[in-house]
Amino acid sequence: MKKRGGKKGWGLFVYAILYLAFLYIPVLFLPLFSFNNSMFISFPLSGFTTQWYAQMWHDQEVQRALGNSLKVGAAAAIISTMLGLPAAKALTRYPVPGKGALIGFVNLPLFIPEIVLGISLLILLNWAAIPLSLITVVIGHITVCVPFAITVLMSRMDGFDKSLEEASLDLGENGWMTFWRVTFPLVLPGIVSALLLTFMVSFDDFLIAYFLAGTQVTLPIYIWAQLRFPFKLPTVLALGALILLVSCVLVVTAEWVRSLGQRGRTVVGA
Amino acid sequence: MTETRLDDFIRIQNVTKRFGAVAAVDDADFGVGRGEFFSLLGPSGCGKTTLLRMIAGFEYPTDGAILIDGADITDLPPHKRPSNMVFQSYAIFPHLNVFDNIAYGLRKQRLPREELARRVDEALAMIKLTGFGKRRGDQLSGGQRQRVALARALIMRPKVLLLDEPLGALDKRLRESMQIELRQLQKTVGITFVFVTHDQEEALSMSDRIAVMSAGKVLQIAEPRTLYEQPNCREVADFIGTMNFFAATVTARDGAVAVLDAGPLGTLRATSPEPVGAKVLVAIRPEKIALADSGIAGTIAASAYLGERNHIHVLVDGVKEPVSVAQQNLDRAGQRLNAGDKVHLAWQPDAMVVLPV
Repeated sequence: MKKRGGKKGWGLFVYAILYLAFLYIPVLFLPLFSFNNSMFISFPLSGFTTQWYAQMWHDQEVQRALGNSLKVGAAAAIISTMLGLPAAKALTRYPVPGKGALIGFVNLPLFIPEIVLGISLLILLNWAAIPLSLITVVIGHITVCVPFAITVLMSRMDGFDKSLEEASLDLGENGWMTFWRVTFPLVLPGIVSALLLTFMVSFDDFLIAYFLAGTQVTLPIYIWAQLRFPFKLPTVLALGALILLVSCVLVVTAEWVRSLGQRGRTVVGA
Repeated sequence: MTETRLDDFIRIQNVTKRFGAVAAVDDADFGVGRGEFFSLLGPSGCGKTTLLRMIAGFEYPTDGAILIDGADITDLPPHKRPSNMVFQSYAIFPHLNVFDNIAYGLRKQRLPREELARRVDEALAMIKLTGFGKRRGDQLSGGQRQRVALARALIMRPKVLLLDEPLGALDKRLRESMQIELRQLQKTVGITFVFVTHDQEEALSMSDRIAVMSAGKVLQIAEPRTLYEQPNCREVADFIGTMNFFAATVTARDGAVAVLDAGPLGTLRATSPEPVGAKVLVAIRPEKIALADSGIAGTIAASAYLGERNHIHVLVDGVKEPVSVAQQNLDRAGQRLNAGDKVHLAWQPDAMVVLPV
């Protein structure tokens, strides 16, 4: 084994290490300095502290921004997943004319720069005389979350044998009950996965929220605003580290749930 | 023109199904009797599954009507039809155990719990899977899944059971034992079975009657023996078993018998209504041809020993295709046949079937 790896193997190994270092070292600075007992981000580290976390925890503005982000994220996730479910069912189950074009069209918001999307939505809301608030942020986030929800749900719907739904109809259930007794339980891992993913997309978004939040503040907007005050920086680092941790947990959970579903898939296919 | 025969339990009435310009089923018109084991047989893409799915309600005919037990069900959705289906993939619900799979259709009827459990246990006993109720679908073998699918459909006490190539996924040995079991089960429950298969042996061994389909058309509907011994066209003769074909012309008639000029085979006499001058095909099964001391002279081109029989290809001067001959191995020290051996072929006059070209 070792011999066959040879020099080529070593080169690739070093490359992989450098690549991972480039990707993750900057991110790791965040938690590292968030525990550093100094206002200033510089080496050597001066000492270990959890004061920034304590400060952040008791900061009312952080609490409010976090609360807003959670509310917006939950609303955007639930609504976009609910909108994505019938769309995914239609696109995978019925002969929809112009299916390819339709999927491309639904996915378009993913490829429009968010700043353009933010400005367009702002203009539209202004024109419609809808006051900016967290609700408008939710509306903005739904436009970018629905494509994610549809993609995740479609891959799940494609994954199971259509004759399962036909079997339910054949055994006397109508379309609605078939959805609840067969389709929904089988798509459930996809639904959970879509909820987590769309929540993350909303929770992480800065640009759209910045344009549409009006006087309200979500967590990314709060962080951005705090960067103007040097003495606030360590708290922001603590906050950033926390968001990083939660993001990782959510993404890993979403993937794990999805793979649980994947296992069920072999049952159907065999 | 078409009369609706009331004695037909299932009536397929001039049913056509088009997908775009293609007619998947082209003017199918026949009936299936009560309690009959009826097979739809044909190569893949012949329309047999489409026809079955129209009886189930998953597809709707472009034209025509379907009646079950006298009631027009053409426009009914699947959940309102008196039929149940065994799917090719079995479609065992992966999120439910065996008990809940079998009970799926009964749950809707809100039966008392004891009644439900009793009927599911009966069904489990019928498919010899007593005690398997708690198993999940992915803990079952292919044969067991097939039985669960069968029980799940039969527990609904359907008027018609539709089976879409239910044995296709099983290995050969299991398939053969399931064929016998399925046939016995059908006799016991007395439910009308409509069975789709592309396997001609399967259809012959199980069915009361078979409809042979090709390219959307029903070519012939008959009992297995009739299909094999008296096919009505070249396609049916070719699809079921092996058949030798020889071109011939009717030169004279002698009552029900036509005198045929079969070129290199000489003059033949066979039962046929074809008029003088008609071009026909003379068809003979390989096992009905004997190697004899006199008759049509030929040379063995290839010979295969298949255990209970020998399969021999004989070249006859003037005939393009080699003639297939199947010879039973009746003697343990049988005669060895080698390529190049000169032989003579002979058959009884009633071995011949005369078909339109």
